[in-house]
Amino acid sequence: MSTLKINQNRRQFLKSSALAGGGLFLSFNLFSQNGREDIKVQSGEADLINFNSYLSIHPDGTVTIYSPNPEVGQGIKTSFPMIIAEELDMDWAKIKVVQAPLDTKRFERQVAGGSRSTPHSWKRLREAGASARNLLLQVAASEWKVPVEQLTTSKGKVWHQASGKSQHYGAFAAAASKLSLPKEIALKDPSKFHTIGTWVKGVDNLDVFTGKPIYGIDFYKPGMLHAMVVRAPAFGLKLKSADSAAVKSMPGIIDVVSFNNRVAVIGKSTWEIMKARKELKIEWEKERDLESSSGHDQILTEMIQTGKMEARRTEGDVDQAFKQAVKIVESEFQCPFISHSPMEPMNFYADVKEDSAELVGSTQNPESARNGVAKLLNLAPEKVSVVITRMGGGFGRRLNSDFALEAAELSKLIKSPVKVTWSREDDMTAGIYRPACKYKFKAGLDKEGKMIAFHLRAAGMNSGNPARENNFPVGAIDNLLVESSDFKSAITTGPWRAPITNFLAGAEQIFFDEVAEAAGKDPVTMRLEWIAKAKANPVGKVLYEPDRFKSVIDLVAEKSQWFKKKKGVFKGFSVYFSHSTYVAQVAEVVKVKGKPVVKKVYCAVDCGILVNQSGALNQVIGSVVDGMGHAMFAKLTFKDGAPEQTNFNSYRIIRMGEIPEVEVHFVKNTLDPTGLGEPALPPTSGAVGNALYRATGIRFRNQPFIDNEAGERIIS
Amino acid sequence: MPMYNLNINGKKLSADVSDDTPLLWVLRDHLGLVGTKYGCGIASCGACTIHLNGEAIRSCMLPVSSVGNAEVTTIEGLSALGDHPVQQAWDQVDVPQCGFCQAGQIMTAAAFLKKNPNPSEKQIIETMNSHLCRCGTYHRIKEAVQIAAKNMK
Repeated sequence: MSTLKINQNRRQFLKSSALAGGGLFLSFNLFSQNGREDIKVQSGEADLINFNSYLSIHPDGTVTIYSPNPEVGQGIKTSFPMIIAEELDMDWAKIKVVQAPLDTKRFERQVAGGSRSTPHSWKRLREAGASARNLLLQVAASEWKVPVEQLTTSKGKVWHQASGKSQHYGAFAAAASKLSLPKEIALKDPSKFHTIGTWVKGVDNLDVFTGKPIYGIDFYKPGMLHAMVVRAPAFGLKLKSADSAAVKSMPGIIDVVSFNNRVAVIGKSTWEIMKARKELKIEWEKERDLESSSGHDQILTEMIQTGKMEARRTEGDVDQAFKQAVKIVESEFQCPFISHSPMEPMNFYADVKEDSAELVGSTQNPESARNGVAKLLNLAPEKVSVVITRMGGGFGRRLNSDFALEAAELSKLIKSPVKVTWSREDDMTAGIYRPACKYKFKAGLDKEGKMIAFHLRAAGMNSGNPARENNFPVGAIDNLLVESSDFKSAITTGPWRAPITNFLAGAEQIFFDEVAEAAGKDPVTMRLEWIAKAKANPVGKVLYEPDRFKSVIDLVAEKSQWFKKKKGVFKGFSVYFSHSTYVAQVAEVVKVKGKPVVKKVYCAVDCGILVNQSGALNQVIGSVVDGMGHAMFAKLTFKDGAPEQTNFNSYRIIRMGEIPEVEVHFVKNTLDPTGLGEPALPPTSGAVGNALYRATGIRFRNQPFIDNEAGERIIS
Repeated sequence: MPMYNLNINGKKLSADVSDDTPLLWVLRDHLGLVGTKYGCGIASCGACTIHLNGEAIRSCMLPVSSVGNAEVTTIEGLSALGDHPVQQAWDQVDVPQCGFCQAGQIMTAAAFLKKNPNPSEKQIIETMNSHLCRCGTYHRIKEAVQIAAKNMK
């Protein structure tokens, strides 16, 4: 059993930060079934005993858990409470889960992004459950006049085996909440877990299946106005003038206002606004050059071929090693801009008053939205509230706060509560995309086929740094240079699920397949050789654990029978470490009527302890579908600064008929859990691309795959 | 603007809206039935699917003037307690990630299984292929439809 020392600050936090005002909490109760209600600030019922920021125990023995992080589909609202329930020894059936309000003083990090939530909160959540359990035991021992060591807990009850006594937690809760915490709290041995690692269904399932108002876009409030905002139709244009006279007199339209290079149509209902906005006569003028995808291609090509780059990581002497190489492998890979396109289009509600602002909406980063709005309105952050709602997807788009700021700016301008809804076209064309990137890989092999030199030139469009210079195979290659450069484009970009690696990983995995082929090696064997080298004799600083890398490779090779030939089946391998999680994949392609079809993807994952089987599987399988879908189909191209795809009829998202079977295996260990929202996505396009190569003889170096020279020959 | 008297989830509900207003926006903006989702507005994603006389229909392109006396069922009215076999199967399989598309998926699956209680896997895929799930929960959707079909017998 491990014990956890709790420092003074944490003790303070766990104990005395019981929700203020004797249990005041903000409840996200948009409207009841009978009629609309506002968001309610409810004072906690007198009988609700707050133990700490994460949980309250009711006198009847039921428990309410406040789940701090926004739910975007990653399953956090279910998995976090499972961790608390585990250490509390609580019966899952008697737990009610509530979204905690935004309060980063208490919860520190309330973000849905970067696959960081689980690693960040793992110990904190265990602490919350274990400390409450510890106090309950102390009270029971004192009331029953028995030594605490003789007591056990199970399913929300304290048990005394010798006397046969048992009592649910509610009976001890009031007294326990008055005790101070001990200096050390015992945490459970993972072998004793009863909830963590099991299959637990989403806590919001019934609300989702019955259409309850749980998403930001479902927020309605009496007196609120609706608005849609017309933004520049092309990147590089700014607003010159807007003639809204005809629009203002249209039915249901209340006002038309220009602000910040945009024109907002404000009205009583969404449809009236949708119709009216088409009648606006707006003139835009050029602010800078209007970019097109053909121009982007040229720029990226020049960048990787001859452009000046910043060295990100250097090991050994790469020039000398290339001179010694007997074989050189060189390839270029490119991906387009893509849109996040979550199913729920962007939207936000704002009610800005003289000295305060209330916001409600779907955001992956409510703290950033609050602070951004506070800065924009020149208010103290505590004067701005952001209610956390469930989100209809995010994929990184909702890490930005542009939509919240825009709603706040508009509400201030029109002096009214307003919900800004983005049409799908607005959502797809207004920017913040996965950046277009291009990579040039070069490998030098010695006469044994060993890669003695590796050089990556990475170029991106508003990508920040398009390389990931510390990722594998760094550490395994003696002579290496990773360099990158970025082009300042007018097209806006931002994090897209597994930023940069969502394409870089697959490109690299296809390149290594080429290297293996040139070296006459099996791709799996070649990776294992590199990992052995990184373990025995690492080159420079290594941020991954070679043994864990090896474990996923071995597992996927075993489960997919990688080393066995299967007639008519073409296999592709990839492995990638990102977001602290190790994922290896084997894709299988078969030919149907002469066309290659991706039939199956095997996944081996090491994410440490599995918290929720159901959620973890959903994330891994969804990531494979997402990774394959975007690799196959997605592109957002530009002509004269304007996106050429505007809705799902021109922007292709993978559908049910196109998905492969996905078989997932988790490495079993008791290491602290890592995140799963992203890491299974990056390797997928590599495994799929490599399998397609075996089937077609064509290297799928550019995305989307269907636009490649072999485009028509792969699944449509 | 004309007053439309609609038959929704067994109740008479009325809305004062222009005749071209899509049923989706009547439900969401005027009647407080927000379970029917806006996803694309061009009948491409399926998030707005409702039943019109038992047929699965995309409400984002269905003008309110064409609804007449037809029986409209939304996700809120599919069952009284959220216990329609399709909803139960969705729960059993734990289908959703973000869940935003699922109401539409459930409505299509419910109408489909009523007409075709013994669907083949191919028929399920052909029908559900018209719905987008950006989270990629298609495997579980398929499994849930299969389970619902079994349980409805």
